[in-house]
Amino acid sequence: MEISAIDVDLQQSSRQPADRELTYAEALVEAIVKLMKEDPDFLIIGSYLLGLGPMRTLFDAVRNEYPKRVLDPPTAEIGFTGFGIGAAINGLHVLVDLSTASFIFEAFPQVVNEAANASYMSGGRLAVPIIFHFLHGLRGGGAAQHSHSPQAMLWNTPGLQIMMPSSPADVSGLLPAAIRSGNPTVFVDHSKLMAIRGYVPALPKEIPLGVADIKRSGKDVTIVATSYSVQQALSACEALASEGIDTELVDPRTVVPLDRQTILESVAKTGRLVVVDETHRSCGIASEIAAIVSEEILDALKVPIIRVTVPDVPVPFSPVLENELDTTPERIAAAVRTQMTRKQISRP
Amino acid sequence: MLPNLDKTDLIELLHKMLLVRRWEERLIRLAEEGPSFGHYHVYIGQETIGIPALAALRPTDLIFPTHRNHGYLLGRDANPGRLMAEILGKQTGLNGGKAGTLHASAPELGIPHTSAIVGGIVPIAAGAALAAQLKGSDQISVALFGDGATEEGATFEALNIASLWRVPVIFLCENNTEEALGAAAGGYPKSVTAATDLGSIARSVGVPAVVVDGTDTGAVFTAISEAAERARASGGPTFVEARVVRWPGSNPLWPQLPSGETELSFAWEPEAAPEQLLRWYRDQDGLLRYLREMLSASLLTKDEAVKIDSEVRSQVEAAVHFARNSAYPTPDSAYLDVFARQS
Repeated sequence: MEISAIDVDLQQSSRQPADRELTYAEALVEAIVKLMKEDPDFLIIGSYLLGLGPMRTLFDAVRNEYPKRVLDPPTAEIGFTGFGIGAAINGLHVLVDLSTASFIFEAFPQVVNEAANASYMSGGRLAVPIIFHFLHGLRGGGAAQHSHSPQAMLWNTPGLQIMMPSSPADVSGLLPAAIRSGNPTVFVDHSKLMAIRGYVPALPKEIPLGVADIKRSGKDVTIVATSYSVQQALSACEALASEGIDTELVDPRTVVPLDRQTILESVAKTGRLVVVDETHRSCGIASEIAAIVSEEILDALKVPIIRVTVPDVPVPFSPVLENELDTTPERIAAAVRTQMTRKQISRP
Repeated sequence: MLPNLDKTDLIELLHKMLLVRRWEERLIRLAEEGPSFGHYHVYIGQETIGIPALAALRPTDLIFPTHRNHGYLLGRDANPGRLMAEILGKQTGLNGGKAGTLHASAPELGIPHTSAIVGGIVPIAAGAALAAQLKGSDQISVALFGDGATEEGATFEALNIASLWRVPVIFLCENNTEEALGAAAGGYPKSVTAATDLGSIARSVGVPAVVVDGTDTGAVFTAISEAAERARASGGPTFVEARVVRWPGSNPLWPQLPSGETELSFAWEPEAAPEQLLRWYRDQDGLLRYLREMLSASLLTKDEAVKIDSEVRSQVEAAVHFARNSAYPTPDSAYLDVFARQS
């Protein structure tokens, strides 16, 4: 990717620049470079944001251009996460990369008991502008210790914002908004998103936290999905469209803050809900969204809610076993078909 | 040994150490009278570490305390009434009643965050020093922790990273485990580490370490001054272990006043102290040692000391009055401040 070439092109052109198709990884790196350029207080600790796949070399652009603000720490998650929090308390804007999501457990005391509580305990007088980035979920061969999706545990921790971009445009817009919010934010990322292609505005715009995106409009069934499961759901929607089932796909993009209104309006319209996400079934992201819909608009539901989640077992290694637990497009499509064919709730 | 400071400053140190002592003695009485404000820790017996340490630093340097934080907050001139109000859970508290004794902080006084999790503050303090380093400022940061924190992984990781990145931080370990009862005897825990020399943990990752007698204000002042100078000169972190005998009142699980309040006269008349505390007041209480040193150096008379003490006592009574007469926060304020800025 030629970031400088894009800048030159914009400077020389007075016409409205066209949107570009970028991979997710390119859009993420472009957003980071822009932050580095515009914000001299922006610091990155840890540099495996793009995972271990071929896209990882894109990050060299950041490291080579800003070596003093990309720090590679020792394997000491509680230590370097605490360093990030301290640096943020003392005025820097910090992104701490924990790499594989499972490693955040090594840093949990700092994330959930220091950063998340700091503003509250101070009586609102302390800001901690920090982002905790990790790659969650089934990555292919990660098995039990490298496939966690800790976002539900983190959602159970007041004081953390949680962003879960699912597209190049979303990551481009959400990252700067999270940094500028001044609040600790968990950046839930997925290695399977890195090669996804999509249009990104030529002049990237911040996307406010707490605004859902309707990735596909439809009238029959609402699917609410987050992170990579949005991409899985999009595949399912295409297959279902060819069967004549018109799905609406809502991507909350952030769960803290959560755009409840967009979800509720969609479900009120369709009367059918499938919630998809890669956290385990019990007390997961899908559980909370299902609970909110049940509490708020139970009467609007024509059929009971279905959750498509990773079952309550550790993630196995063998590809056949891992796939069995995955929130695949096939499982999502099957859930949607059930919603269209099952008996509707009878109300007096 | 007295710190290398002029007379006015030395008297100010006495004033602050006495403020901590009287304020906390009063706090223990408040706790005994009720209503309960939950579990708490006091700094009595360690005033001769924190107060000279603060005097060796600049007001712009950052301090990151623990659950044993009252001495640092009062030492940095937090309002004694507002700190007391915080502990009683009042609206006028330093943190609006959201922190209590364990988590009280004062960002505007350079005490941005307090962690009551053992070892939790150590990497944060070092990270604040990293920010100062990257901004090119001459500010330094101080991580405060007890001997128990050297048992925690977070402390070791912070020492290693601070050493690798040479950040301007002082690791001030207040070792109060000597003569502590410990958990097995039903008292408050004491540290349990295979390292008999705590500084060896720091030295193993290249952080220079010194040990000082925590009742020797001059030694503490010198050690912190030297560590601060090294940090400001890009020489990296220092580990300072300040050792004190644990105050007998902090030996039980809940603080007690084992023989009532400290009498200043014990400084010059230790045999008047209750027998079971004779050794404490005569040999181990740093505050009385400091007072004796001031008297010997003719920097102060007994009458002047008593006058300062009486001023401090009035200040403490005013603080208690303020805290008791402050209103509780309105219940709806429980929902505020989850985020510093609403996005």
